[in-house]
Order: sequence, then C-alpha cells, then structure tokens
Amino acid sequence: MAAPTTSPSLPPALADAVRDDASLRRFLHGLPGVDQVGVEQRAAGLGTRSIKKASKMWAIDTAISMVDLTTLEGADTHGKVRSLAAKARRPDPERADVPKVAAVCVYPDMVETAVKELEGTGINIASVATAFPSGRSSLKVKLEDTAYAVDAGATEIDMVIDRGAFLSGRFGQVFDEIVQVKHACGDAHLKVILETGELATYDNVRRASWLGLLAGGDFIKTSTGKVSPAATLPVTHVMLQAVRDWHAQTGQRRGVKPAGGIRTTKDAIKYLVAVHEVAGPEWLTADLFRFGASTLLNDLLMQRRTQLEGHYSGPDYVTVD
Amino acid sequence: MWEYAPAPESRDIANLKPNYRMFIDGQFVEGAGEPLKTVNPGTEEVLAEVSTAAPADVDKAVKAARRAYDRVWGRMPGSERAKYIFRIARLIQERGRELAVLESLDNGKPIKESRDVDVPTAAAHFFYHAGWADKLGYAGYGPDPRPLGVAGQVIPWNFPLMMAAWKIAPALACGNTVVLKPAETTPLTALVLAEIIQQADLPPGVVNILAGAGDVGAAVTSHPDVDKVAFTGSTEVGKIIQRQLAGTGRKLTLELGGKAANIVFDDAPLDQAVEGIVNGIFFNQGHVCCAGSRLLVQESVADELLEKLHARVSTLRVGDPLDKNTDVGAINSREQLTKIQQLVETGDAEGAERWTSACPLPDKGFYFAPTVFSNVSQAMRIAREEIFGPVLSVLTFRTPDEAVAKANNTPYGLSAGIWTEKGSRILWAAQKMRAGVVWANTFNRFDPTAPFGGYQESGFGREGGRTGLEAYLDV
Amino acid sequence: MSDRISVAKTYKLYIGGAFPRSESGRSYPVVDAKGTFLANAAQGSRKDARDAVTVARKAFPGWSGATAYNRGQVLYRVAEVLEGRREQFIAEVAAAEGVAVKKAQSLVDTAIDRWVWYAGWTDKVATVLGGSNPVAGPYFSFSLPEPTGVVAVLAPQQSSLLGLISVVAPVIATGNTAVVVSSQDRPLPAVTLSEVLATSDLPGGVVNVLTGRTAEIAPWLASHADVNALDLTGAPESTRADLERSAAGTVKRVLRARPSEDFTREPDLARLRAFLETKTVWHPMGV
Repeated sequence: MAAPTTSPSLPPALADAVRDDASLRRFLHGLPGVDQVGVEQRAAGLGTRSIKKASKMWAIDTAISMVDLTTLEGADTHGKVRSLAAKARRPDPERADVPKVAAVCVYPDMVETAVKELEGTGINIASVATAFPSGRSSLKVKLEDTAYAVDAGATEIDMVIDRGAFLSGRFGQVFDEIVQVKHACGDAHLKVILETGELATYDNVRRASWLGLLAGGDFIKTSTGKVSPAATLPVTHVMLQAVRDWHAQTGQRRGVKPAGGIRTTKDAIKYLVAVHEVAGPEWLTADLFRFGASTLLNDLLMQRRTQLEGHYSGPDYVTVD
Repeated sequence: MWEYAPAPESRDIANLKPNYRMFIDGQFVEGAGEPLKTVNPGTEEVLAEVSTAAPADVDKAVKAARRAYDRVWGRMPGSERAKYIFRIARLIQERGRELAVLESLDNGKPIKESRDVDVPTAAAHFFYHAGWADKLGYAGYGPDPRPLGVAGQVIPWNFPLMMAAWKIAPALACGNTVVLKPAETTPLTALVLAEIIQQADLPPGVVNILAGAGDVGAAVTSHPDVDKVAFTGSTEVGKIIQRQLAGTGRKLTLELGGKAANIVFDDAPLDQAVEGIVNGIFFNQGHVCCAGSRLLVQESVADELLEKLHARVSTLRVGDPLDKNTDVGAINSREQLTKIQQLVETGDAEGAERWTSACPLPDKGFYFAPTVFSNVSQAMRIAREEIFGPVLSVLTFRTPDEAVAKANNTPYGLSAGIWTEKGSRILWAAQKMRAGVVWANTFNRFDPTAPFGGYQESGFGREGGRTGLEAYLDV
Repeated sequence: MSDRISVAKTYKLYIGGAFPRSESGRSYPVVDAKGTFLANAAQGSRKDARDAVTVARKAFPGWSGATAYNRGQVLYRVAEVLEGRREQFIAEVAAAEGVAVKKAQSLVDTAIDRWVWYAGWTDKVATVLGGSNPVAGPYFSFSLPEPTGVVAVLAPQQSSLLGLISVVAPVIATGNTAVVVSSQDRPLPAVTLSEVLATSDLPGGVVNVLTGRTAEIAPWLASHADVNALDLTGAPESTRADLERSAAGTVKRVLRARPSEDFTREPDLARLRAFLETKTVWHPMGV
C-alpha cells in the first residue's frame, strides 16, 4: 500500500488505519453499521421540511452556485460544450444577478474547449477521468487519463473507484489508486466517485466514503450518473455523516457531491436541508457541496423566476443549452 | 446562516368553533357541568369553550350506552358493525387535515406529528378493528365470544384522537357500547370524532363522548352500570381506579406510566441510535408513556454518543406547533411545564450534569428546551420518576448483564429499546427486558396489529392485535 | 387390624424446596368431614409468606428461563409421581372432603389428568397466544406471552386436590413461580402435593405451599410489592374486595373468583392467559 500523500497530519487512530491492508480492513469493518430503515426514515423525515419565501430564495441561489453543470455523453461535441459553458457563465441571460455555477463537468477531451470558454470567469473546469464511468482499465491508463485532463487545464478531477476491487474486499488496492490519482492531480481538486448504486448497502457506502477520505479525496461523490440508482437522499445522508465525522476527528472539512437524478428545485432543497442539518451549516458552500446535474439548473432558474415574479414560470422562459 | 422562514399550516383548516358540546345518545348536548375553556398551549390563548358533564350527564350517557347495547349494538351481526367502523376509518381519513390542525392547536404537538402519526394511526385502528367485528370466533377466545356491555373509557391528553381510536375501535368491534371521556386539556378532536360518528350514522348511544376534568372521569369509571373500564393515564390514577373497581367484578384494563430504558451497546449503528434516542424522548415533547427517558449507554461509546447526541438535539426546532418545520412543540399545559421544571431542578440538585439545547423558545406559550442529563445514577429522581417531558437521563453500563439489571430496576415496565448490530444479543436482551414493548434498533413504533401495554406498574391488558380483543370480550 | 402403631406424619410448610415448620411455631388441628382429628397442620404466618415470596422470586429467572420443553418434562414428571401416590391422595381427599372412596378416586384421577393436560401446554402456549404482527412498515414485529412473575394463589377452599391442582398447574406451566395458600380446613392433600413436588424435578421455590388461615396470610401477599399477581379463587368472600384493593397498590394482575367454579369440567385457556404478559418486539428489516 502506498502512503497517503495528502494527509500528513492524520490523528494516530487514522494514521494507523492506513498502515497496511489488514489495518485498513479492520478500520473499515470497525465503523458503526448503518441501519437501512433508520437512515431512510431520517432522510424522509428531513424531506418534509417546508422551505418558504426568503429561505427558499436563498436556497435556490445557493443551489445554483453549487451546480457542476455536466455533460457526459458519447455524443458530446465542442459545440455542445461551448453552449454549456455559456449557460454556466450566465445561467439566466435576463437576470444578471443569478449566481454563476460552480463548475462545468466534461470528459477529458472536452476540457480544452471548456477552459477556453470559461477563462477568467472563476468557474471551475471539472473533468471525469480514470476510465470513467466503469473504471475498468489499468492503473497506468487511469493515471494517464488524469494527467491528460489536468494538463488540458482541468481544475477538478472526478475519478471513479474500482468497485470490483472494493466489493471483493481489496480495499488496499482501491486506496492506492486514489492516492496515486490524487498525486497525478497536482493542484487540481479530487472528487472520488463511489458509484453507490453498485455498492448495494449503506454499510459499504460508509466504508467507501472513509476509504475516499483516508486516501485524500477532497470530495466524495455518489455516482457517475450512468448507473441506477444514482444519488439518493439517504446515501447522501450517510456520506454527509462521514465528512462530519471526518471533521470531528481531523479538523478538516471535506466535500460531498451527489450526482445524477436530482432534477427539481424541490429535490435540491431537500439535499440542502440534509447538508444543513446533518453535516452542518458550514457545508452550505460550493467549496464543500456540489450538485452533479444538467437539467436541475433550468428548474432552479424557473423556480427563481416564480419566486421573484409571483406567478408560475414555464420552460420556454429559461434557455435550453 | 440559513434560517428557515416560518411555514405555518393554516389554522382555518381546523374549522374551530367557539363552543363545543358533548355527544350523548346521538345528539350534541350541553352538559350541566361548569364549561371549561380549552387553551392553545402554543400561544396560551383560549381556543374554545367546552360544555362539561355533571354526574347526571354521566348517568344519561351510561343509560344511552346501555340502551344502545341492549337494543341494537349488542345484538347486531358483526358484519354490520364492521361496516359502521369502516365508515369511521374513512371519515377520519377524509377529514385528516382538519383533525391534524385541530389536534396541534389543542394539544401543542407539532403538525408534522399530528399529520403523519396521530391521525393516520387513529384511522388505521378503526380500519383494523372493523375487520375483526365479524371474525371474533377465530380470535382464539372460543367460537362465539360475547361482548361485555358498556365500556367506560378515560384517555389522556398526549395523543387525544389516537387514544380515542385505540379505545373506541376495539370496543365497538367486539360489540360493546362506549362512554368516553377525553382529557380536560384536549377535548376537541374527540368531539370532532363524535361528529364523524354522527356522519357515519352509528345508532344513537353506541358512542357517547363527555367532557370534563378528573371528577367526570371518576364518575365514568366508578359508574355501577359500566361493565368494563379502560383507562390510559398516570399510574397514580390507575391505582385509584383499580381500588375503586375492587370487588365489583367489572373488567379493567390499565395503560399507565413508564420509565423506559433505551440501551445502546458499543456495536450499535450509532447514527441511527442517535435518531432513535431523539425520537424516543423528544417525540411529542416527551409526553409519551413509553418514552425512552433513560438512556443506558455502554461506557466505551458513551462520550462519542453523547457528543453526537448533543449535536443532533441542537438541530431540533422548538416552537409553533403549526409550523411544518417544528420538531418539538409546546408542553401541553402550564401545570405540566411546572412539573417538568421541578423534576429538572431535582436533577440539578442531585448532581446530574445538565445540558440544554440553545434553541430559541417563543415568548408566549408553554415551551421547554430539549434537555439531556448525563452522569445520572439510578438513585436520582430523574432516573426513577416519569418526567413526561423532553428530558433525557443518561446512565452508563459496562456489561450486558449490568444493562439489563439497570433497565429492569424500576416498578414500571412499559417499553424498552435495544441498539446493537448483533442479532443474538438483540434477542437475548429482548427476552430479558421486563417490558411490554421492546424496540430493537428502532423506537416508538405503533401499529394496530401489534399489541401494546405494560408489565408491572405500567398497567395490564393490551391494546391492538388479537391480544387486545380480550379486553372487550367476556372471556 | 394390625397391632402396629403407625408412624404419623408431621404436616409442614413447603418453602424453597424445604419443609419448615412455621416460623411462628404455630399449628392448628385439621379434622375430617366428620370432625375427627386428622393431624396438626402448620399455621403459616406473614413472615412465612414473606420468606416464600423471596424464594419464589429467586426461582423465577431459572424457571421462566428454562426451555418450554424442559418445563413440560418436569411437570410431566410431577404427574408420574402423583400417580404413584394415588392411593394416599384418595384417602386424604375422601377424609378431607367427606366423599365416598369412588368419588375421591374420580377426583384424584381427574386431578392427575389435569396436571398432565397443563404439562402439555408449556411448549404450545406461545404458539397459540403469540405470533407475528403484520405491521404497516419495514419491520418484523412479533408478540410473545411471557410469565408475569411471582403469583400468589389462594387455593380453593372446597376442592382440596383437584381445585388446588387446577389453579397451581397453569401458573407454573406458563413459567411463573407460585406462593400457594392451601385450603384452610382441608390442607393435607396440599402438603402431600408438596412432597410430590419436592421429589419430582421441580426446582425449589417454583411452588411454595403455606397452610394456615387464608384470611390471615392473604392480605400480606396481596400487598407485597414483589408479588406480581394474585389469584383470589379461594379467598373468603368477605375479604375479596379488600384483597383486590390491596393488590392495586402495585397494580397486580388479579384473577377474581368465579362463582362456584366447577373444577371437574374441562378448563379453557383463561387460567393460562391470566398470568401471562404479552411482549411485543420490533426490529427493522433492511440490508
């Protein structure tokens, strides 16, 4: 196992956890279990929060600022990425006060185009890498994939973990890959995609979350968006508990990114409520929470108009990019 | 910081009337008692004036119930009774929102609880028991179990509509008629239930609902023509009723107080345990007889758990019961608030360590901030007496045997909680608990199919399930 | 008639598996139906009752925690030993109740059969009275009958053996332990039953038998805080309401006397249910 390069000051208990394969396994299996019914009930309960008026407006703007505006299609073209970038810069052309999104998220070969379009805007360029979405390739290819995106100007890398290795209990291998990808990222921030839809249990989500954090991930991210189920509230809940507990033990704040399946303002607000009440209000910033989404942004814009104009808006009043 | 804007449910939905009358023999009538004013504990304003019963009214209600029993209900085929009871279930669902808002106004509980727990559970109880009415011969009490006659029922203020349902539904299903007295501070939803019973077209006298204070309750429970008494409330009053009924041969069931232990072992799913602890003691402001008011946590995880618990309890929103975001509503009455305050002071005086949520409290109304006492010992009053408020006492243990011994070290025995990931330990601990309901890796779950009731001084008899029918049958 | 002088038995209390005299040192004469002296029986006191409750409580965890199969075997063993003492019981019942030998035979046979009937219930009662609850949610919920604890039994005054067995067997079949006050004027079959219990495999303390004045001992049991339930079957009518009032002090379960209960009739489950609690357990279902 490679030594983690990003967390030199881990407290002794955590430093010990990553000493070797066996300690890592012991640590991950020693984490408290997650009761499925309990966590789903809690998530559903928080989902009944009723966010109105000023608090809703604040939530909409905050959510917009947290969007990683994403296109990850085989059919992506430079034109598509250019228009996505335009949308990111000015989400609602008629309303200049709309915050800009946090990032655009593209495949590595589209990074260069995105960089060009977003220069000077402060919007981050996120690129998926490491043989996204399956992660089924050699470590060498994954590292080259990462380097390719970083060299092209990506400021954030969304990597996938090797779920096969994780499910067969080779935690050390998963850990090493994350450490090495993190190294390849240089200054770029690393988001570690757990692909929770393939991990099957909340216990696994908790273990994978800690694995990602121990290996130095700046964010842990639910999904690629290519597997169903993608992000869910209870899964995000478990991941928020992980970053909260990580903070309690290390003093460091790491981020969470649910991705895939979050399409409406109502959904987004439920996630923000969870961030607020599970991780804490400090996490209500794009530095620590992101939405991986494409269609969500337009619904947020539509609801924003509804709030401001006092009547319901329609899809023709927001731009389709 | 993100402040949630107020999101109040409209009080207009409650269709609040200035005056409420009692329901006797199918009619809404004025009682000869001194009318009472019911107060919104969330704001301290008077909600409505309610007519109450004098002894003659109790007599009238019992006579009406007797007549209805002799002439109609006692001899009606079960299949016909069933249809009436199904109607009640449906009408409660139809008027669910109205009942929920009214309940929160009168009781002070958060609207999310009255909406998501009290009202649906009340409807479910009628729906479940309706189905029993024509199947009693299959319930294991012989081929043709007979009803008892007139049931006198007195219920508390913590779940006013739900308790009415728990009482009325099985009584009717088994063929009894009913005289019910809701609590003095929360009579409104029971009287709207009377409207529902009228809308369901139940024969006059089958259900009679009185209002008033303890004296009316005592008149109901001690009435010589009542065949069966069912009481939910304090152990103190339960004992008085049991004494009253001594030698009369009248059947009695009691659902009384509790001081439940919620045991957290070191291998528990801690985050869900925290949720369960919070739900166990802060649900319904802790006004729950089966509340998990004694937390027993294994020493090796005590600090970690307590830290998580404090953080979680700090997020509880205390305030306007009608606000959809309120987690903890108002204490039901000034009297109860005073009682909680007094017991909490004994905790301070006896040396327990008090932690109180820094949540803001409204200026008006009866509120008490969620409070957690640690370093509590079994000898302290806060570990032995039912506080019936949002106050948790935390004790620690070292071994499973010690946990069980401490959990059972109380004259009560209503409920218990167990938190551990180890299956065999769950079953072991569940077996050792001297309590009528044991929740493992969950807490405060209720269902009409699941019998509920206590050991020892928590009362006797069960409500719900096949077992609950025994209370209303002559077997 | 033999010239031999028979060895007369001393009839004592049965507490915690031992046969002590009353701590009070008192005894009272027991006569047959015609008034002829039979023996002196120990006249139990409130302190004897207290001691009996202590040992009954001590025996409760073991007896209630034994497997139902084991309890069934122990109770069946009791029936075997009862059968061996059949002749003695017939003589004692005939003397005590003033019935003809034939009638006494029938009463004793029914009593033994009744014991066998209850012995068979130990491992069936949970199936019949318990079950799973189909709750509306992702939980498995089940309810089980469990013994209520220490039961004070005031045995019937008339039916000295059949009545006694009919009230004691259901109490212990369900896992409770018992403190029994025998028929006041017809206590000898109860003492002989104690000897049977002592020589079966029943653990000491599960059944404790006090002879003496029911009206004297019963109030102490009815008010004893460590007694969970009270069977009033043999309580003198004038004392019943008071005993019930006393029992309310710690919310005891009270089985009231049924007017002129006929013990020769086949029983229903009422006595089995009377001293059972229902425990409902919930657990979430998830992965």
